[in-house]
Amino acid sequence: MIGITSFGAYIPRGRLNRAVAAKTHAWSSPGLMAQARGERAMANWDEDSLTMAVEAARHTLAGRKIDLGAVYLGSTTHPFDDRQNAGVVAAALDLPETVATADFAGSLKAGTAALIAALDRVGAGQAGEVLAVAADRRRARAASVQELMYGDAAAAFTLGSSDVIAEYLGSHSVSTDFVDHYRAAGQPFDYQWEERWLRDEAFQKWLPEAIRDGLARLGVAAGSVDQFMLAEPAPRLAAGVARRLGIADDAVADGLHGTVGQTGAAHASLMLAAALENAKPGQTLVVVGFGQGCDVLAFRVTPAISQLAPRTAVAACLARRKEEKDYARFQAFNDVVTLEKGLRAEANPQTALSAMYRNRRMLLGLVGGRCRKCGTPQFPAALRCVNPGCHHAEEMDPYRFADEPARIKTWSCDWLTYTPEPPAHYGMIEFECGGRFMADITDWDLGQVSVGQSVRMVFRVRGRDPQRGMIRYFWKAAPLATAREA
Amino acid sequence: MAEGIRDKVAILGMGCSRFGERWDMGAEELMEEAFSEALADAGIEPRQIGAAWLGSCMDEVNIGKSATPASVALRLDNIPVTRVENYCATGTEAFRGAVYAVAAGACDIALAIGVEKLKDTGYGGLPGLEIGSMPPLWWPNMSAPGVFAQVASAYMERYKVPRDTLKRALAEISAKSHVNGVKNPKAHLRKPVSCDAIMGAPMIAEPLGLFDCCGVSDGSACAIVTTPEIARSLGKHPDQLVTVKALQLALSNGAEGGYNDWDGSYILTTRKAAQRAYAEAGIKKPREELSMFEVHDCFSITELVTMEDLGLSEDGGAVKDVMDGFYNADGKIPCQIDGGLKCFGHPIGASGIRMIYEMYLQLQGRAGERQLQDPRYGLTHNLGGFPHQNVVGISIVGHYR
Repeated sequence: MIGITSFGAYIPRGRLNRAVAAKTHAWSSPGLMAQARGERAMANWDEDSLTMAVEAARHTLAGRKIDLGAVYLGSTTHPFDDRQNAGVVAAALDLPETVATADFAGSLKAGTAALIAALDRVGAGQAGEVLAVAADRRRARAASVQELMYGDAAAAFTLGSSDVIAEYLGSHSVSTDFVDHYRAAGQPFDYQWEERWLRDEAFQKWLPEAIRDGLARLGVAAGSVDQFMLAEPAPRLAAGVARRLGIADDAVADGLHGTVGQTGAAHASLMLAAALENAKPGQTLVVVGFGQGCDVLAFRVTPAISQLAPRTAVAACLARRKEEKDYARFQAFNDVVTLEKGLRAEANPQTALSAMYRNRRMLLGLVGGRCRKCGTPQFPAALRCVNPGCHHAEEMDPYRFADEPARIKTWSCDWLTYTPEPPAHYGMIEFECGGRFMADITDWDLGQVSVGQSVRMVFRVRGRDPQRGMIRYFWKAAPLATAREA
Repeated sequence: MAEGIRDKVAILGMGCSRFGERWDMGAEELMEEAFSEALADAGIEPRQIGAAWLGSCMDEVNIGKSATPASVALRLDNIPVTRVENYCATGTEAFRGAVYAVAAGACDIALAIGVEKLKDTGYGGLPGLEIGSMPPLWWPNMSAPGVFAQVASAYMERYKVPRDTLKRALAEISAKSHVNGVKNPKAHLRKPVSCDAIMGAPMIAEPLGLFDCCGVSDGSACAIVTTPEIARSLGKHPDQLVTVKALQLALSNGAEGGYNDWDGSYILTTRKAAQRAYAEAGIKKPREELSMFEVHDCFSITELVTMEDLGLSEDGGAVKDVMDGFYNADGKIPCQIDGGLKCFGHPIGASGIRMIYEMYLQLQGRAGERQLQDPRYGLTHNLGGFPHQNVVGISIVGHYR
């Protein structure tokens, strides 16, 4: 038996109140008020598909010691066209460099494509489990319907052949150049065709046919489907498809439009993760990725799901929520307005790629060292121990700090220095295991940061260099009082 | 066993430019302003100088690299000139180079000159520093107020000082320096400011407001040093001779920023350098023996903890001493009698020498309106870098013998 062995998700805690955004544009686009219900997930300025993927993967791997053979990442918003994004995810997870990595892109199906490829790899008997992650952070023009409807998120699965919580029944894929929207290479925004055509031509014609073929091929009777996750590009399309297929109304999963928004290549995976949170042994799950065709995957939940440790997936992420009522902040984070950033923002040194490579485990994996004599964990690793009572000179054992409990020792919020989100919060972060360093603080609430506060280290964008197109990633401290996470 | 520097080197002359937003001048003209005053004070010609040290920190703005800008601007006689840089402790570093050269007998007369032209950046506050290849990849975008504000968070935590109490003491520190600065014609900021205005100023880095931060200034200061014997041979009266009693430097080795011991509420290196400096100068009870001092008050909180780090206030006792006026001009040990970095201003490379300049004037009875009565020892404290990773230079000067 092969299938899903673990899952996790990540939704940024920022939630844009759609009504606030719609009201801002009501003078020119009163029609947007029709979309003004609920909220959408909104990435922080220092989050992108890659950082969200890392966080979803950490939640998926939490507490499990497994041998990963490959990492696959599906997205339509990979931060890099040429620098393997899945490779950065693997490095942030501090996986051995013998892991195989691949990016899946080019369609909203990229997430399910990565999932199918991962299952195929496991099915082919390759060594180790496979991590399949899907993430998207799609930008949209100000005052567009997409700006309101899109959301940012990631979801991840490990696929393997033992301790399977959802058995893979197989998949069926259809590829058709149905272009309801597209984004050419180098373009920041989607170009969108009329939604009525999408509904009539796809959701009432070829898509139900494709899914029906898939279910038949997989031997799944429509009436036996317990959860139907169709990554619909717009609300209220899945129910009609289910009805045409004979899938029960109450099997149609929540499309998460009111709480998260449409999360692109991550959406099918996010819905599947949400379904797994509440799945019972024996249930049949059907998930459909949509985009220039479709991928249909079917799973049967096994009794092993009841043994799976509690995890951060969709429910926990939905609970970790900060409503954003300031639409200007959303615009700034998504770079859709030209802001005055101040002269201090001009300082932007070149990124030394050779230094970045030498220190890749430090920068991407948050790996420091542990002194072989006194045992003090320290960051960064050095050739001489930092302990004033030791100073032993010998190469250190690698020591990863990413999951170590830590607290804020000193801090300030700084209105002078440049940051995309003033005031810049940073402070001395002290790890309970030993070790400390001056770190950026992210996901803060103004007036809520304090000495002694517990933090979780998170992988984020440290800075962007628009002149050279570089994105510098590193780890930051997220206060746990606001980030209620494991 | 090293003998130390005590009384081996005398100050022959000093000079200091007016500090401030010197839109009219570049670094070259600022250096000349300080240099010509020092030459006249020393009573020597430039060709008598055997070696020189230039201190400048921000070579990214104006001054450029190497010591050639000083050698060229001052038309020095093809002598050895060395540029030194050690963050905001650069001035003391230049002074140290000159003093040690004389003490070693490498030259008879040496020059230390510090200069900074900060106001060619187009914005307020300190310019950003180029910090190498690795730090931008993992350090926060730290500003100077942002890192020193960290000390305040730790101080409040350690001594359970309420924020309002600390803010009030910090305001008193800044207000005192503003009062002192009024009497200094070379100071950048020369207006008294009320504690209420200080506490109500816009926030820069929690809990530091605008008036908790020192002036960002252009300026230059210099010192000409020699041996006490040569100073006498050049006509200086022994009673007027000011000599170096101690000159110490202490640098972080990564412990504060990387090892879980230091609590962030004090500056470790100040404590180390102060102990060594007192020993070198033969000072046993600094709170009784010091007459005056200039500390690196880049921010009010830095001045507060430095009182404790120098052993003048007890740990946790600086708030009370400040509120009691212990460090005011009419207090027991006046601090920042010239206005300090806060109001004299802070042209980085010049500041360490500027502090010594004030102690020198006071010891010679030439401090005008702000002259203190019969000072014996003056201490300067020059701090560069971050509270968790820094450079501290301390000098003690006094009358010869």
